[in-house]
Amino acid sequence: MMGKILSVDDLHISFDTYDGEVRAVRGVTFDLYKGETLAVVGESGSGKSVMSKSIMGLIPKPSGRIVNGTITYQDRDITKMSNKEIRGLRGSEISIIFQDPMSSLNPTMTINNQILEGILAHQKITRKEAEKKVISLLELVGISNASERVKQYPHQFSGGMQQRVVIAMALACNPAILIADEPTTALDVTVQAQVLELLKDIQKKMDTSIIFITHDLGVVANIADRVAVMYAGKVVEIGRTDEVFYNPQHPYTKGLLAAMPDLTIDQEELQTIPGSPPNLLYPPPGDAFALRNEQALKIDFLHEPPMFKVSETHSAATWLLHEKASKVTKLLEEKQQLEKAISDQVPKKEIGKEKILEVKDLKQHFKGGKNSVIKAVDGLSFDIYEGETFGLVGESGCGKSTTGRTLVRLYDATSGEVFFKGVDIHKKNALNLNKDIQMIFQDPYSSLNPRWTVADIIAEGMDIHGLYTSKANRMEKVYELLKTVGLAEEHANRYPHEFSGGQRQRIGIARALAVDPKFIIADEPISALDVSIQAQITNLLKKLQKEKNLTYLFIAHDLSMVKYISDRVGVMYQGKLVEVAASDELYDNPLHPYTKSLLSAIPVPDPEVEKKRIRIPKGKWTIDSEEYKLREITEGHWVACTEDEVDSYRTKSDAPAVLV
Amino acid sequence: MKVNEYELTDDLFEESGKAFEEKRITSRPSSTFMKDSWLRLRKNKGAFTGLILIILIMFLAAFGPYMNSHGFDEQDLTRTNLPPKVPVLENLSFLGVSGVDIRGTDQYAAKEVPDYYWFGTDDLGRDLWTRIWQGTRISLYIAFLAATLDLVIGVAYGSISAYYGGRIDNVMQRIIEVLMGIPNLIVVILLILILKPGIMSITLAMVITGWVSMARIVRGQVLKLKGQEFVLASRTLGAKDKNLIWGHLIPNSLGPIIITTMFTIPTAIFTEAFLSFIGLGLQPPIASLGMIVNDGFKMLKIYPHMLMFSSVIISLIMISFNLLGDGLRDSFDPKMKK
Repeated sequence: MMGKILSVDDLHISFDTYDGEVRAVRGVTFDLYKGETLAVVGESGSGKSVMSKSIMGLIPKPSGRIVNGTITYQDRDITKMSNKEIRGLRGSEISIIFQDPMSSLNPTMTINNQILEGILAHQKITRKEAEKKVISLLELVGISNASERVKQYPHQFSGGMQQRVVIAMALACNPAILIADEPTTALDVTVQAQVLELLKDIQKKMDTSIIFITHDLGVVANIADRVAVMYAGKVVEIGRTDEVFYNPQHPYTKGLLAAMPDLTIDQEELQTIPGSPPNLLYPPPGDAFALRNEQALKIDFLHEPPMFKVSETHSAATWLLHEKASKVTKLLEEKQQLEKAISDQVPKKEIGKEKILEVKDLKQHFKGGKNSVIKAVDGLSFDIYEGETFGLVGESGCGKSTTGRTLVRLYDATSGEVFFKGVDIHKKNALNLNKDIQMIFQDPYSSLNPRWTVADIIAEGMDIHGLYTSKANRMEKVYELLKTVGLAEEHANRYPHEFSGGQRQRIGIARALAVDPKFIIADEPISALDVSIQAQITNLLKKLQKEKNLTYLFIAHDLSMVKYISDRVGVMYQGKLVEVAASDELYDNPLHPYTKSLLSAIPVPDPEVEKKRIRIPKGKWTIDSEEYKLREITEGHWVACTEDEVDSYRTKSDAPAVLV
Repeated sequence: MKVNEYELTDDLFEESGKAFEEKRITSRPSSTFMKDSWLRLRKNKGAFTGLILIILIMFLAAFGPYMNSHGFDEQDLTRTNLPPKVPVLENLSFLGVSGVDIRGTDQYAAKEVPDYYWFGTDDLGRDLWTRIWQGTRISLYIAFLAATLDLVIGVAYGSISAYYGGRIDNVMQRIIEVLMGIPNLIVVILLILILKPGIMSITLAMVITGWVSMARIVRGQVLKLKGQEFVLASRTLGAKDKNLIWGHLIPNSLGPIIITTMFTIPTAIFTEAFLSFIGLGLQPPIASLGMIVNDGFKMLKIYPHMLMFSSVIISLIMISFNLLGDGLRDSFDPKMKK
């Protein structure tokens, strides 16, 4: 390993708020080496973003302050630098890429001027030379026709292209350290794969050190050389990527890795980490994770564990690594193996033969101003059988959410027919329909009325349909629903802002269940939640399906979750379905070029797999012809193609799976 | 590895056996949005002062005229233009309430008036204390009436326009633009020419253009809210338009609505005073703050007390409503929450 370039030592950062001091970072220590990628993973609120911003001197003052610790870069302590000195560092030595490319670019400046700004501020070169440099930078980040495109404004670029421009800006002065703060979270998987490749490529060429902040373990496995896992403002485990992934020591790391659905095997239930991260206003004593760790030791509640070395490069902060804990560790391991043996037996789910929903040539067009029409959904046909989970995946803007909303009649379809249990929903009594079909929404923060108590929110549907006999009966039903989704009775009189994201999503589910629906449309129900909470909600949805014989339409862009929860999956592209198949079949044997490229772009939380990954670029195919429609290739496996292509697909489908 | 600060005994390294418990949120008492807002408002000194001043002024407007035996339209030419004289305080000459005018003569002695006039009298010998509080009462009455009408019309118009959207919204907004296009004063003058000047016609004149800003604010709020997922959720549950507007949309716009009303009141008081001042307002003998200012203005140099008290009260009303409105805006803003 090459020399240290940056070292952070015992860093403490606090924010002063109305309620008191929030200790966002509580003693972080790590070194960054030249030319490596260090990934920092953690849930929201774990202090990973604050920590990275402090390296740039970007802690918002006066509310935030560095309480203690040093950040040493080239023998100088960044925490003690004056504003002027830090300005000299920013951009030229250390630069940062933010999450949302749209808001990190100034919409009224051309790309040329935006990149030029940084170069001229830090380097003594003429404007002419700088402009040449801008073009070469854009070429470096893979923007074709760069000399033309520099004159354009940010809105003329797509999301992925914008992020490339932001990266070019960050690289303008050959920084030694690049901090990437969730640079791909706002992007689609296929674009994300491109950006990750670009970062790796640039690192090879320029020997930059990258601090990559993310919550996605798949991305970490793909890009990182080393990983630091943060929890409640501390680094709980740090080591080489393969060490952390294959030999995790801290119970939190183990929990995180177990909570990710594994694409290669069938699982009945995801392992979860109960609860949610602690409030850093009152950081718990001892190991902050002990409260959520069901196998916590007594000492975890009393004393903070120091960093124990596992190997030269790998260390973790858990008492399990103390010599006196060896007895317990053995015990725990045995226990786990036993549990695993039990959970591996997966009973097969029974799915009815009856069609609950039939969609025939559904079209949903919106007026886009000036005579243009946006074809959000353009000729969609599929069936959903009773008791199954139908997953709908695709990139943002492909029309999957619109489909869901049209099915509950939030929009009236432009054309096409939707039959629910054989009755056309557009002719059916809307009130009855609203009882049978319900929806779970994406954003747990905006999907609950902030002015209503939880009881009123959950009972809204019952109020509308008159589903109770008396006030006491209403409360009884609310309590029952709260229990069903894993909340307690005393939560009923609280207001939504008192709950965490995962709890709010449970309330949203309870509201949908209140009217006893048969069919639930879940519109990205977990994409706004943290990894450990995602698994909880997914398990809840599965459990409810079993108990109440529900049918789901599960809309998501996270393909690994979709595979885990769905029985069949439909892939959407530009308002059309391009492939429908049973979820295992689709993942093992994708036929349509779009599905292939989509699947090849999902990062898997396994460094070995990621090393071997070959990304398949999006192929070209004609989608706009009459001939091009869904055709059955093998039983239950439908692919959009022309008549001529059917045979070639059939022969291919016999071939062994391409993907790992 | 050695840890100095505490002893690591063997029994510490056993499983605690504690099962996970979902943390009960009993640590903080349940608080509603309104309670939270009230707590924040109380912490805001300016707003709280404003609130107390408003209560005080309202109290005096209600009971002030009955505190002495003079009627608001009782004329007596033997006691005209008396400077203020207050019992007890009259002995402190620097306060200027000893009945001595600016030329240094004791008017009460000169005109042989035995009574005390706390704010003095005007050029017709009417008691200013009674007239000013009577005027404040009428001004406040007009302001509250105008603000209430603005509120009702504005909220109804704005929420209907935004909720139904499309063509309805388009037509309704064009009507608002036409109303905004006509200068306010012209509408008022025309109305007062047609109707007789009086409390109702002034209120009407103010409301006819005043509700527009409320309608726009409510429309903005509803437009923002109606795409939110909790409204969509309610629609998928089958809620009717009425439920949506009254249950979800208006309660969540309450903050801006209350604030706008709070700022409408001082504006209405000022407009009324201004109209009375330029002679378009209420007609004598009814008193309003604007009319008293107008009367006092004519004799400012000789008898400053006539202008002073009325304008101080107008200013106090305006300042305290503005302070309170400002404080309310801060306390309703969810971003102020930790």
